[in-house]
Amino acid sequence: MDRGLSLKEVEIFKSGYRLLGCDQEIAPGEVLTVMGPSGVGKSTLLSFIIGTLGSDFDAKGEVWLDGRNITQTPPRERRVGILFQEDLLFAHLSVAQNLAFGLTSKVKTRKDRKERITQALSEIGLEGFANRDPATLSGGQKARVSLMRMLLSEPCALLLDEPFSRLDAALRAQMRSLVFDTARARALPVVMVTHDKEDAKAAGGALMEIVPT
Amino acid sequence: MYPLRWMPRLTLLAMLGPVVAGLLGALAPAFGWMPAIGAQRLGFQAFESVLNWPGFATATRLSLTTGLLSTGISLGIVALIVAGWNGTRAFEALRRLLSPLLSIPHAAAAFGLAFLIMPSGWILRLLSPWATGFERPPDWLVVQDPWGLALVAGLVVKEVPFLLLMTLAALPQTQESKARAVSAALGYSKIRGWLITVFPQIYDQIRLPVYVVLAYAMTVVDVALILGPTTPSTLSVQILKWIGQPDLSFRLWAAAGGIIQLLLVIGALGVWRLGEIALGRWARRQVVQGHRGRFDKTLQVAGLTLGAFIAGAVLFGLLSLALWSVAGLWRFPDLLPDALTWRTWQRHGGNLTELFARTSFIAGTSAALALALSLACLEAEARFGMKNATRTLWLLYVPLLVPQTVFLPGLQTGMIAAGVVGGTGAVILAHLVFVLPYVFLSLSDPFRALDPRYAVIAQALGKGENAVFWRLRVPLLLTPILTAFAVGFAVSVGQYLATLLPGAGRVSTLTTEALALASGGDRRAIGAFGLMQTFAPIVPFVFAVFVPRLIYRNRRGLLNG
Amino acid sequence: MKHLLWAGALSLFTTPLLAQNPDPADWSSVTEAAKGQTVYWNAWGGSTTTNAFLDWVGSRVSEDYGVTLEHVKLTDTADAVSRVIAEKSAGKDDDGAVDMIWINGANFANMKEAGLLFGPFAESLPNWSVVDVDGKTVQTDFTVPTDGYESPWAMAQVVMMYDSARVSPQPSIAALGAWAAENPGRFTFPQPPDFLGSTFLKQALIDLSADMDALQAPAGDNYEDVTAPLWAFLDDLTPNLWRAGRAYPATGPQQLQLITDGEVDYAVSFSPGEASAAIANFQLPDTARTFVFDKGTLGNASFVAIPYNSGSKEGAMVVANFLMSPEAQARAQDPNVLGYGTVLDMAKLTAPERAAFDALELGVATLTPAELGTALPEPHPSWMTRISEDWSARYGVLAK
Repeated sequence: MDRGLSLKEVEIFKSGYRLLGCDQEIAPGEVLTVMGPSGVGKSTLLSFIIGTLGSDFDAKGEVWLDGRNITQTPPRERRVGILFQEDLLFAHLSVAQNLAFGLTSKVKTRKDRKERITQALSEIGLEGFANRDPATLSGGQKARVSLMRMLLSEPCALLLDEPFSRLDAALRAQMRSLVFDTARARALPVVMVTHDKEDAKAAGGALMEIVPT
Repeated sequence: MYPLRWMPRLTLLAMLGPVVAGLLGALAPAFGWMPAIGAQRLGFQAFESVLNWPGFATATRLSLTTGLLSTGISLGIVALIVAGWNGTRAFEALRRLLSPLLSIPHAAAAFGLAFLIMPSGWILRLLSPWATGFERPPDWLVVQDPWGLALVAGLVVKEVPFLLLMTLAALPQTQESKARAVSAALGYSKIRGWLITVFPQIYDQIRLPVYVVLAYAMTVVDVALILGPTTPSTLSVQILKWIGQPDLSFRLWAAAGGIIQLLLVIGALGVWRLGEIALGRWARRQVVQGHRGRFDKTLQVAGLTLGAFIAGAVLFGLLSLALWSVAGLWRFPDLLPDALTWRTWQRHGGNLTELFARTSFIAGTSAALALALSLACLEAEARFGMKNATRTLWLLYVPLLVPQTVFLPGLQTGMIAAGVVGGTGAVILAHLVFVLPYVFLSLSDPFRALDPRYAVIAQALGKGENAVFWRLRVPLLLTPILTAFAVGFAVSVGQYLATLLPGAGRVSTLTTEALALASGGDRRAIGAFGLMQTFAPIVPFVFAVFVPRLIYRNRRGLLNG
Repeated sequence: MKHLLWAGALSLFTTPLLAQNPDPADWSSVTEAAKGQTVYWNAWGGSTTTNAFLDWVGSRVSEDYGVTLEHVKLTDTADAVSRVIAEKSAGKDDDGAVDMIWINGANFANMKEAGLLFGPFAESLPNWSVVDVDGKTVQTDFTVPTDGYESPWAMAQVVMMYDSARVSPQPSIAALGAWAAENPGRFTFPQPPDFLGSTFLKQALIDLSADMDALQAPAGDNYEDVTAPLWAFLDDLTPNLWRAGRAYPATGPQQLQLITDGEVDYAVSFSPGEASAAIANFQLPDTARTFVFDKGTLGNASFVAIPYNSGSKEGAMVVANFLMSPEAQARAQDPNVLGYGTVLDMAKLTAPERAAFDALELGVATLTPAELGTALPEPHPSWMTRISEDWSARYGVLAK
C-alpha cells in the first residue's frame, strides 16, 4: 500500500511482558478505533507510532506511512499529528502564535505565514482572535485552535487520544464531525483511542479492542 | 547532543567532590591525624574527649530538640495556613507578606527577632513603663534560654516562608480544588479534608526540603549564636568554639564533634522518617473512621494568627534594624531613639557599596551557574528519559544534609592543596555546592510537572528538541526559572562559612562582615549590615515577580499558574 | 658530625624557605621590596572604632611606602590561626593567605611553639628604638618571651566601666561580689573562653589571691590551692549574675549595650579609652565612667605577628614598624579614635613628637595614667587556659 498508515506486526512489551499487539492498515481518510479499559496500553500504541515511546518499553514491528518506513525516524520528521483530550495550547503564546508554531516551515515569508494563519482562523470561525490569550477562549474554541494548529503542520496521519471526552455533548458532536470531515477531506489515515462507543460509531472505521493480558 | 547526556553525572561530580573531599579531611583529624599540629596518633581519643565533655549530653539534646521542634512546628504552621486559607484573600495577603521573608538572611531575621523579644526589646519598650512599671529591663531569660526556645522561634520564623513556598510550588501538581470540593461535599471540615486529601500529595513532593530544614535547623550556627543558649550551646556552635580555641589540639575535638554531629543528623532524619510512617498509619486508620473534623474555625484562626505573627515579627524586626542603623543614644524604656543620625551609614557607606557589589557578583554568578546546570540536568532527564541516571540526583542534597562544620574545614585544606583558595572564583565554586541544590530543588518540581505532552505535540508539529526547550519549556517555566535564580542568589548571599574558608578571609561579603561586626554587639552597625544583607537578595525576587507579569500581562494561563 | 648534618637537614624542613626570608636589619631593601605588596592583616573586626583606625593605617602606609593594607575582619583571632594551620597541612609554605595577625597570649604561644611564625624581626625594626622596653611589658607576652616574633603596638589595661548615674566604683573584686549579692541580676561578664571573660577571671584571681608570684610560672600542682579562692567567689557570685548566670554576653562590646539598656551596671573592659569612645559613638550614656581596683588591674600589650608563609613579609614589617611610629601611636591613644595606651617611651621622643601626645584630651570617661597605676603582669598562659576550661566545666554547662 503506497498511501495510508500501516502497523506491521507491532508488539509492545513492558518490562518483558507483552502489553499489546497490532497488525493493521489504515487507508487515507479511514479511522482505526482502538478501545479497551484504562491502563491497557492504548496511549502507548500512539506513543510508538509518534516515536516517543518511553525507555521502559520495548517494541517490535514497523510503522509505515505513505510508503515510508518511519519506525526509526525522529518524531519531528514523521509528520504524524496528534490531538489529546486537553487542548494543550501553549499558554505563553497568543492564538495566532500557537498556530504559527504549528504552521509548516514550507510557508516561508512573513506575509504568507500571516495570511495563512488569518485564513486558518476564519476556517475555524475565529476571525479576529489572532492576538487573544488562549486562556480566555471557550472549551470549543480551544479545541478548534488545537486541531488547526496540528493541521497547519501538514501531517500525513492523525492520531487522536480520547480527543472529545472533555467536551460537553453538543460540542462533542460538532468536534467529531469537524475532525472526521477534515481527515476525510485531506485523506489522512486516523488512529483514535477512545472509551466512548459513540466516538467509534461516528468514526465508522475498523475497531480494535485491546484486552488486558 | 552528547554533552547534555553527561550533565547529570558531571553536575553530581562537581557537587559531591567537595563534600567527599571535605569529609575525608574531617575524618582524618577526628581519628587523631593532623600532622600540621603534630597529631599523628590514630585512635578514638578525640571521640572520647568529646563524649566526656561535661556539656555533651545537653548540647546533643539541644541540637536534636531544637531541630525536630522547629521543623515540626514550621511544617504544622504551613499546613494550617494552606489548609485553612488557600484560595482566600487573607491567604493571598499572607503569602505576599511571607514570601519575601524567604530571601532575608537567617542572621538578619534572628537579629530582628532578638531586638523585638529581649527584655530590652521593642515589645517591652512599647509596654514600659506605663503598663509594666519597668524603668529598667527585667532580668528575664527570654533570649538564649537554656531550652533553646528562642532559637526554635528564630528558626520557625525563617523556615515557615521556605516551606510555604515549597508547598505552593507543589500545589499545582495536586488536584487541590477538586479534592476540597469533594471532601467538603462529603461533610469534612476544611482543614481535616485538606489534611486527608491534599497534604499527603504535597508532603511527597516537599519531603526533601523538609529534611533539609531539619538538617539545617540541627546544625545552624549563625542563628544559634544570636538566639541560642550558651550554657552550653548547641553542638554545632560548640564545634565552632572548639575550632576557635587557641589550644590547637581542640581541632581534633572539633573534627570528632563534627562526625558525631553528622551521625546525629542521620539519626534525626531516621527518627523523622519513622515518624512519617507512624503518622501516616495513624492517619489512615483515622480516615477509615470517617470523622469529619472539629475545631475548624479555631484551627483556621490559629493558622492565620501564627502566620501573621511570623510576618509581623520579621517585618518589625527589620524595622528595628533600620531604626538602630540611624539611632543616636537609645536607652530603655524609650520607644524611639533620642536622636537620629546618619553617622553609622556614613562610617560604613563606602565599604557597604563595595561589599554590596561583590556580594551580588558572587551570588549572581553562582546562581546563574547553578541554574544552567540544573536546567541542563532536567532537560537531559526529559530528553533522554534518564530516569535511573537522574534518580541519583537526590545526592545533590547531600551538601545540605551534611553539617557545614564537618566538611568545610576539610574542604579548605583540600582547596589550598589544589591551589584554588583565596579568590572570588574559589568562593563562587564553594557557594555553588550549596546554591545548586536549592536551585534544583525549586526548579525540578515545576519542570517535571510541565505536561510532557507539550513536547509530544511540538515534536508532532515538526519541532526538534532544542526548539521544545527554548520555545516551550523556558518560556512556560519563566516564573519558576527566575524564582530558582532568586532562591540561589539569596542562598549565596547568606553563606558564611562557605565564604570565609574558601576565600581565606580575603573575600569578604555582606554576610561575613555582618557576622564579624555582630561579635562586637554594636547594634547600629548590625542594623546597617543586616539591612543591606536583606536588601541584596530582594532585588532578584522582585524581578522574579514582576518580569513575568510584564511579559505575560496578557497571559492568564501563566500568571494564575 | 653526623648529628649535626641531620640537624641541619631537619632545620631545612622545619624552617622552610629560610634563604628567601627578608632580613629586617637591612631596612632599605625591606622598604624597597615592600613597595607594591598587599598585606592581609587578620584582626578582630568586631569594633567599629578599631576598624576605622586600621583603615587609616592602610591609607598612611600606602602613601608613604606603597604598601596596600587589607583588613581581614575576624570574629575570632583563632580563625587566622586555623587558616595558617590549614595551609601548612596542605603544604602551602609560601604566599599564604595571612600576612599579619593581631595577636597575643595563648594564640601567640601556640603559633610560636608550632613554628608557624616568621622572625625574629620585631627588635630590628627602626622604631624599636623608641619603644619603652623597660617600663612596659613588650618583650614578654603572658610571661612567654616574644623573642622578636611579634611586635607591640598598643598597651591595654583592665578597667571597669559603670554608669555613674546609677552606681559608684568598687574598691575590689570582693566588694563587687558583695554589691552583686545586694543587687542580683545587675552584673555579668563575657562568657569564657572569650578573651575578655577569661581576663575577668584572671583579674578576679589576682585580686583575691595572696600569692601573685605563683602565677608567673606555669600552673602545676599548686593549681587547686591557688585558684580555690576564685571558685569560692564565683560559687557565690554566679547566682547573682545577670540571668542568674544562665546566659552571658558573647563578647566585651556586647556589655556596652547592656549598660546602656540598664540591664547591668558594671562591665569589664581591656581598653582604658573604650568607654569614652563608646560615649562618642552613642553606645554608652554620657554618664559612663571607668575605675580600677585598689590593688591594681592586669595589663598587657597587643602585638602583630607575621606567619612563616606570608608572601608579603616586607610589607608586613613596614606596617608593624609604622604601628610603632609616634604618629600612629599618638593617633591610637586619641580617645576619639581608639584610646589605646602607647608602647613608646616618652623620654626617647623628640619634643614635637611628645607634644602630639601631650595635646591629647583623655576623654570624659578615661583615667589618667596616674589613676590607672602600674599594670599588674599577666599570668602565664597556662593559667588562663586551665581557668577558662574549669570555668566552662563548672558554670558553662548547666546541670539538666
